[in-house]
Amino acid sequence: MALYNNNFKSKWALFVRNGLIIAFLVLFALATIFPIYFMLISSFGDPVEAGAMSYSLIPNKISFESYKFFFNFSPYSWDWLLNSLIVAACITVSNVIFATLAGYAFAKMKFKGKNILFAILLGSMMIPGQVTQVPLYILIVNIFELQNTYPALIMPSIVTVYNIFLVKQFMSSIPGEILEAAKIEGCSQPKIFWHIIAPLSKTVMAVLAILTFMAAWNDFFWPFLVTNTMDMQTIQVGLKNFRFANTTYFAPMMAGATISAVPMFILFFSLQKYFLEGVTVGAVKG
Amino acid sequence: MNQTLTKRRKLRLESDSGWGYAFIAVALIAFCLFTAYPVINAFMISLQEYRPLGSTYVGLENFKNSFTDELFWKAIKNTAVYTLLTVPINILISFLIAILIIPFKKRTQTVFKAIYYLPAVASGVAMAVVWLWIFDPLKSGIANQIVMFFGMENQNWLGSSATAMFSLVLMSWLSSHGTAIIIYLAALLGIDNSYYEAAEIDGATFLQKLWFIVIPFLKPTTLFLLVTGIIGSFQVFQNAYLMTGGGPDHATTMVGLLIFNNAFTYFEFGEAAAQSLVLAAIIAIVSFIQFKFLGKDIEY
Repeated sequence: MALYNNNFKSKWALFVRNGLIIAFLVLFALATIFPIYFMLISSFGDPVEAGAMSYSLIPNKISFESYKFFFNFSPYSWDWLLNSLIVAACITVSNVIFATLAGYAFAKMKFKGKNILFAILLGSMMIPGQVTQVPLYILIVNIFELQNTYPALIMPSIVTVYNIFLVKQFMSSIPGEILEAAKIEGCSQPKIFWHIIAPLSKTVMAVLAILTFMAAWNDFFWPFLVTNTMDMQTIQVGLKNFRFANTTYFAPMMAGATISAVPMFILFFSLQKYFLEGVTVGAVKG
Repeated sequence: MNQTLTKRRKLRLESDSGWGYAFIAVALIAFCLFTAYPVINAFMISLQEYRPLGSTYVGLENFKNSFTDELFWKAIKNTAVYTLLTVPINILISFLIAILIIPFKKRTQTVFKAIYYLPAVASGVAMAVVWLWIFDPLKSGIANQIVMFFGMENQNWLGSSATAMFSLVLMSWLSSHGTAIIIYLAALLGIDNSYYEAAEIDGATFLQKLWFIVIPFLKPTTLFLLVTGIIGSFQVFQNAYLMTGGGPDHATTMVGLLIFNNAFTYFEFGEAAAQSLVLAAIIAIVSFIQFKFLGKDIEY
């Protein structure tokens, strides 16, 4: 007994009901993944100007000419991918380290001002990005003069409040007795962190790493603001440049979009469990 | 003397002061530098005519200019319309899907969760590029083929002020609902079976169970999705920037895009900062109202 009544008189009625539900779910699923399907299929077309071409939903041939076209657009096309990888990897590593440390401190350690500091951090999540965007740009570009460098791309995301919050939520469920026992045995905090906390937190670290990597890889706005030469741009900014320079080349544009999205698809399908788990870690008990 | 010493030692054992601050040091420095300082600075810039070498203090001039600027009000109106059309309907879609997924086996659920989540994995720029072609104004465009199949005229989707906003809304409806669905599912699994059993003994129908058990139980989740959804929607800018540029005739200029343009197209940093603070105030007020009126009977 549950929300649904499963005590049907005939098996057929149950079968029909479930069939109808599945049909609806599949229909909506098709609608949501249609853009992705359309992107993949179209990217194998020839790099000709769109003009009066008709779009087909079934691939009639597979050609990689459009991918070539995309990479030939700029001598730095490969650099875009490399830059994205470097930036996303650095941001991920620093977030895993520093958010885990801070999350542990806020969840389990005792020090003066802890609660008020955490409240301030939490409150800052409510501030819209638009407020910090202009002063942050001035700070990085005009004061630190870091325009067009990796530090400019990485530093503002070195550790996010959201990740600290995520770790703290998770750490709160670790029983305090283990830590007390370790302390009485004379274990110092760094040792506790390394030998007890870190091994226990592998899941939350994995979730955090994946979500952070994805956000950094897909970020468009900040890299777009602080880079001004093609060799320093990330794939998202490069894709935007390509689109504005080649407004009529349909298939190459789809190839570019595919290139920017496929690494995340691969990551998603190989680590799906962590993606889907990550959503609820920070949101339970809304 | 001896006693105070042991007391102090005991205190040291209980408090982790030194290491505590060391563990949060990087996070705190990053927060001060990249969040706290910019927020304080935003207030200062909003009172200035900003120039890289020597800004001049202009008082509330920037705020006054914003409030008398028709475009600013239009942007607020556009943002409100977009929010009203997307957030409630997206929540409704997620709720419906979650309810429909729940009777199936865990494996089936996971497959659907993954499919609905997938578009969120693709970058926003990639999706904007794809939707741009779906909304191709030519007769051969996908969206046009669909409406023509139903016997309607082909549309100049993003190019006409009558349909541009609707096109962006449509894109939001058909984008990823994975996150909200997963959150709803987690909440649904938290409802104890005994409630349904009790209801069934009283002869409750499916819809009655939905109305009297599920919806009240999911209220905190709905409120969470509503508040975060509205906060996110008020800041929306990327799709408008990449797909319509705010046009045609400012029909899709959102506040986020207006601030971006003021700052990085016209380099009116002062005005952009002022407008961003107004936006923050609006978001704060709207969130407060939601908690006040919807959060009344919710216990945290």
